[in-house]
Amino acid sequence: MIWPALLAGCVGVYLFKLAGLSVPAAVLQRPTVQRIAALLPIVLLAALIGVQAFGSGQTVHLDARVAGVAVAGLAVWRRAPFLLVVALAAVTTALVRHFLPGS
Amino acid sequence: MSSDAAFEGGQQERAAVLRDSVGVSVATGAYGISFGAISSAGGLSIWQTMALSLLMFSGGSQFGLVGVVAGGGSPWAGAATAVMLGARNALYGLRLSTLLGVRSWRRLLTAQVVIDESSAMSMGRSSKRAGRLGFYATGVGVFGLWNLGTLIGAVGASVLSDPRVLGLDAAAPAAFIALLAPRLRGREPWAVAIAAAAIAVATTPLVPPGIPVLIAAAFGIFVGAWPGSSGRAR
Repeated sequence: MIWPALLAGCVGVYLFKLAGLSVPAAVLQRPTVQRIAALLPIVLLAALIGVQAFGSGQTVHLDARVAGVAVAGLAVWRRAPFLLVVALAAVTTALVRHFLPGS
Repeated sequence: MSSDAAFEGGQQERAAVLRDSVGVSVATGAYGISFGAISSAGGLSIWQTMALSLLMFSGGSQFGLVGVVAGGGSPWAGAATAVMLGARNALYGLRLSTLLGVRSWRRLLTAQVVIDESSAMSMGRSSKRAGRLGFYATGVGVFGLWNLGTLIGAVGASVLSDPRVLGLDAAAPAAFIALLAPRLRGREPWAVAIAAAAIAVATTPLVPPGIPVLIAAAFGIFVGAWPGSSGRAR
């Protein structure tokens, strides 16, 4: 049953888009609101990286993904374009998995 | 400057704005292919993947929802993550509202294309007209090509029996690194990001999947609301 949550998420994202065009500027210009809005993408993306690189359900373990994510980090640091970053991560992980079955 | 020269300058800027918009749209469409593939590999159907690109239409939020669901989290935790990742669109809308000046049903339609790319392409233009052109050309162009890319990626990945063989389970965190990197300017954002990742990993064995990301979000709200935090994280 993923559809209700999926559609609710779509509505929520849309309402934030609409709010910016509709809400009086004073509300969103409060410094605390600005700070939180700037920090939220940072904490959420960082948390997702951690969970997706090391987590599997409710367990934490190291497998071939870690190699892919490390290569992606290097690629981003070297300012590689988005698609190259994603492709390098996938290829690295696939290669490690090929040579170390079960990882 | 004579009115002719002003007219010609306007034409030139118009062409330059449109060229930029097409470039951004094509690049984002290619990125849509990776979203479609990652979403499909993460267990969403082609219809669900397309619904996200058509209705949610905000790359970071879509990756966030798919990331949580692919990790075994509840779709509701995924939706909450997506909505919080979309909160920044409200700040773009705030800056755009005076530029666009849209009301009633036009505002309802325009809101859907208030995203990273269209907002960025509206800024720094010499005239309001050029800013509006950059916003709409990019918004509509990205919407079309992002959805086309999503469809190609979702159909392509859905024929794979095990996406792990191609390493697609590492593609999502790689995408998150690329999305996060431009926001890590200065020491505070780095410290906050490392703390958030550590909190999420540390709480993974303790709570249901998807919840660690929300705990990290609560941490971010706490840091942002803390009086005296510099808030230079941008």
